Amino acid sequence: MPRSNVLVDADWVEQHLDDKAIVLVEVDEDTAAYDKNHIRGAVRIDWKQDLQDPVRRDFVSKEQFEKLLSEKGISNDETVVLYGGNNNWFAAYAYWYFKLYGHDKVKLLDGGRKKWELDSRELVEEVPQRAATQYKAKSPNNKIRAFRDEVVESINKKNLVDVRSPDEFSGKLLAPAHLPQEQSQRAGHVPSAKNIPWSKAANDDGTFRSDDELTELYKGEGVDFKKDTIAYCRIGERSAHTWFVLHEILDQPNVKNYDGSWTEYGSLVGVPIEKDV
Amino acid sequence: MASETVIQGTVTRGGQPEGGAYVRLLDSSGEFTAEVVTSATGAFRFFARPGSWTLRALAAGAQADASVEAQQGTVTEAQITL
Repeated sequence: MPRSNVLVDADWVEQHLDDKAIVLVEVDEDTAAYDKNHIRGAVRIDWKQDLQDPVRRDFVSKEQFEKLLSEKGISNDETVVLYGGNNNWFAAYAYWYFKLYGHDKVKLLDGGRKKWELDSRELVEEVPQRAATQYKAKSPNNKIRAFRDEVVESINKKNLVDVRSPDEFSGKLLAPAHLPQEQSQRAGHVPSAKNIPWSKAANDDGTFRSDDELTELYKGEGVDFKKDTIAYCRIGERSAHTWFVLHEILDQPNVKNYDGSWTEYGSLVGVPIEKDV
Repeated sequence: MASETVIQGTVTRGGQPEGGAYVRLLDSSGEFTAEVVTSATGAFRFFARPGSWTLRALAAGAQADASVEAQQGTVTEAQITL
């Protein structure tokens, strides 16, 4: 699939700000970012409040997702263009989530909020008013979502791509270095996983590297494109970024994101762990 | 905090704090480790590990690097001038 089917650049978004067939959605972990300003016309989806079940650890249900999108004024036939902070981690996660619930007309703004800001493009405070819709989701497509048992069974069989930073992979750190290191689970990685940090797929400004650079990156790190692949990180958002690269940009057919990721795997009783320190 | 290795500081441009700048933390091999956005007062903070780090600040039309040595249990201060 050419990347133009899944990615749009900032110029394209500027040209489509008044296009009624397009709805811009900002997805952040830090909700204060949207409150401060956002791209004109963009609605907000809160990664935690809107996309995670408030009680148990899981996604919101199909019905909850339908309610969310209906309230946001997003309809089934609109093209959703996602962008956000953290180099699009949470926007990529939402992209994967939209695909999971069967919304095929979805694209990512290359470079996300960072590239937009570094270009000094317009950001506004005005929150758009959109009429509620009757959004209908499909049943979850678990061909793109991995669960823990499949991860354990995939050791030494499938490509396991650990997209965390080298220090998290080796077990020196339990979380990215901009977060407190307070988690109680074990440190390390899934045996046979290749450590290919998500950041290697992106330029400093948050845009994705070229197709050739990306292919070379994963092949060079030992990913066998003839095998199925599972990507994971700490909570599944950085690995959604890599899922996007492998499944959407490089068009690999069988790639799953393991959203349980290290905070689940590193807390399981009895599973094998490798650690370098 | 005794077990944490904190790197923090401010980003300035023309003597003024630069809010909304992106600060990237790169390890001793230049590998990306983390990124934060500076506060309105230009402040940033990382929870890292002891060792040599490079800080790279990106803002509209400007970029600058700074090097720091971080130690466990202490707060390492870094200033980045765009």
